[in-house]
Amino acid sequence: MCLAVPALVEELDGAFARVDFGGVHRRIGTALVPGVRVGDYVLVHAGMAIETIDFEEAQQTIAMIREVFGDAVPEDAPSSDTSDE
Amino acid sequence: MLCPRMRPHRIPQMSETEILSRFADPTLVASLLRELEPLVKRPLRLMEVCGTHTMALFETGLRPLLGRLGIELVSGPGCPVCVTAQEDLDHALHIATAPGAVFCTFGDMMRVPGTKSSLSETRAGGADVRVLYSPLDAVELARQMGERQVVFLAVGFETTAPAVAYALKEARDDGLANFHVYPCNKTIPAPLALLAAEPGLDGFLCPGHVSVVIGARAYLPIAKQWHKPCAIAGFEPVDILGAVIALAQQVAEGRAEVHNAYSRVVREEGNPHALALIAEVFEPQAALWRGLGEIPLSGLALRGEYRRFDARLHFPGFTPPPPSQRLAACRCGEVLAGRIRPDECECFAAACTPEDPLGACMVSQEGACRAFYRFRGWEAQ
Amino acid sequence: MTAERVKLDAGGGGQEQRRLIETIRARLSNPALDPLEDSAVLDCAIGAGESLVFTTDSYVVSPWRFPGGDVGSLAVCGTVNDLAVMGAIPRWLSLALIIEEGFSRDDLDTVLESVARRAEEAGVQVVTGDTKVVERGKADCVFATTAGVGIRPSGRDLGAHRIAPGQALIVSGPLGDHAIAVICSREGMQFEVDVESDCAPLNGLVEAMLEAAGPEAVFAMRDLTRGGLAAVLNEYALGAQADMVVHEERLPIRPAVRAAARVLGFEPAVLANEGKLLAAVDAHNAESIVAAMRAHHYGRDAVIIGEVGGRFDPEHPDPRRPRRPLVLFRTPSGGTRVVDMPLGTLLPRIC
Repeated sequence: MCLAVPALVEELDGAFARVDFGGVHRRIGTALVPGVRVGDYVLVHAGMAIETIDFEEAQQTIAMIREVFGDAVPEDAPSSDTSDE
Repeated sequence: MLCPRMRPHRIPQMSETEILSRFADPTLVASLLRELEPLVKRPLRLMEVCGTHTMALFETGLRPLLGRLGIELVSGPGCPVCVTAQEDLDHALHIATAPGAVFCTFGDMMRVPGTKSSLSETRAGGADVRVLYSPLDAVELARQMGERQVVFLAVGFETTAPAVAYALKEARDDGLANFHVYPCNKTIPAPLALLAAEPGLDGFLCPGHVSVVIGARAYLPIAKQWHKPCAIAGFEPVDILGAVIALAQQVAEGRAEVHNAYSRVVREEGNPHALALIAEVFEPQAALWRGLGEIPLSGLALRGEYRRFDARLHFPGFTPPPPSQRLAACRCGEVLAGRIRPDECECFAAACTPEDPLGACMVSQEGACRAFYRFRGWEAQ
Repeated sequence: MTAERVKLDAGGGGQEQRRLIETIRARLSNPALDPLEDSAVLDCAIGAGESLVFTTDSYVVSPWRFPGGDVGSLAVCGTVNDLAVMGAIPRWLSLALIIEEGFSRDDLDTVLESVARRAEEAGVQVVTGDTKVVERGKADCVFATTAGVGIRPSGRDLGAHRIAPGQALIVSGPLGDHAIAVICSREGMQFEVDVESDCAPLNGLVEAMLEAAGPEAVFAMRDLTRGGLAAVLNEYALGAQADMVVHEERLPIRPAVRAAARVLGFEPAVLANEGKLLAAVDAHNAESIVAAMRAHHYGRDAVIIGEVGGRFDPEHPDPRRPRRPLVLFRTPSGGTRVVDMPLGTLLPRIC
């Protein structure tokens, strides 16, 4: 019962915002994320933003997976190191 | 105690969209599956309690992949069918057929069966039933249709409760007399505690978006008092696998903790604004779950000045249909708790089929019994 | 006697509709009707080896006008496409309109203009028609029914009966545009999306496909309407009694459509289209057929999405598997899932 999707905040309008889900736009409520700014990403469920997305955390989660577990190397790819670009 | 998070020393530069897309990256998925395999020392039974996880596991194709590694994912009572008792749906259907009523609902509820009918069939019979994306749209309808009574069927967990609460607050601030809510929202911690007592479960995949609202610490009693490993999971493949790895590690090491594998949106304390809004509009109450019966403190009832918005007050005169004798044989509660397999129920494929279902597990499109009936336990290889 | 009403689901291109269609088919059974292909092939000699091909469809879209088209353009393209995917050259249409009392004359002109434009593009003539008006509330603005007749040249035989294991499955372009354009333009949804319906006549594209490697290399085609790719794949799996295997990451879907589907909880494979087709072709010729499609305006994004899998043998079923052919999607994560016939009306969900 918890389908929520990330969206970019494009405009603020009082207790609402216009957000972009990636080519799809809608007006949603921002009462649950009162400090939100244009340019933030929020998680949207049933017409309300329920949280802002922390990209520091997101990046660290991804980087941790790549560092600790490594990227899978396809069988037919030439060998390469796994350091970040 | 919450697991400490590891901090790597280099962070690559990516756009936000690129970062988010990594959580569905097949390369990372393959890495995580390889990492998971040696961690599974014995067959594991993990329960997820949100229908959205059931759907995500299915859509990503992760269920059979995890099954091959010895990890069985049991679907707990988290789908729209399970969380709405037949009694509530019957009452809602009665309201939907009231003259002048505009009955608004999430799409999920349209095919959930009551004793005699469903919202879909009720609409076919001429009732004004509308599918909406947001409860705020129902408030807007009420503003526009001053002469009609607009009713919103409020279902969902703590993820959805704040939106419903906000809609009610708007209605109150605007002094609307023609907006009503049928309150069916439910909360996760109480049924989770009930299920945590089940001996056959090794841990819980905790619902990521409920956790955004209630916070990671809400699961501490499950870990500390019931000694069940918990991992909060998002809904992308990388999110799910990260949580499953954490659970496998906890089991292997004999730990029972709450691991937050969805830290980009789940905070330890949750969303205080959402929690405050819920507390303003709702109060905990016992609630009926299809297949599980009544669970104390598992539902959200309207409180204080918001009680007047309860649709049941505005549309009296409902007589519940007599309970079905057939239902007495239903063992959905045991299936939902992961205690028995669908084909271990005597009713399965006999008295209970998808065409003529008895309980929630066969009614629900994502139900364990329905899936077993379609695929006989076969997972696509 | 039954108190059952026809639910919306019975028109949704899924299981309910199949049951309704079967009731009608059983009542009216005859060799031309029984195969239930998109068009009926009539046993009627025209030129040597040629056949008359005949089809009909009703169009009840709501709202009647949406980004990229209206009920008039749908009524022409839908029927033209049903003829084209049988390998027929579409020639003549009938057009019957049921109009709600109160529908504006200007709007009616818009519909007729769309009909004319699309008919001209497709090279067909509307040679007969009918109009009815019903009381306010008895129809939703305007309903249209078109019947179409085409001529199938000799040497062409398209249908599920020709599908066999190993054949390649091709989709002509991005999925779900029509469904998202229509759903988001409905009142109450409040979504702005920069997507138009893909409504288009595909007979030109089909001719290009049949020419690319010869008609012998193309075994079956369907246009993807309600129920989307999932519905057609399931119909083919049943008709051919073979699995259909799709590699999910190859499915062409516009980013905005994918985003809208995510938000509303729809699976892209079940979304309706009005200008797309699925074809089962000879695997050896698949690349050249795709190249010919990409050279055509309506096939620019054509792609091979999968293949016809093994036959289901009811005499010797694998005891570990469900006893029916399956539509299998290989997911990007490396798993496989079964995609069953969609249920009917699309419902946005929060779960």
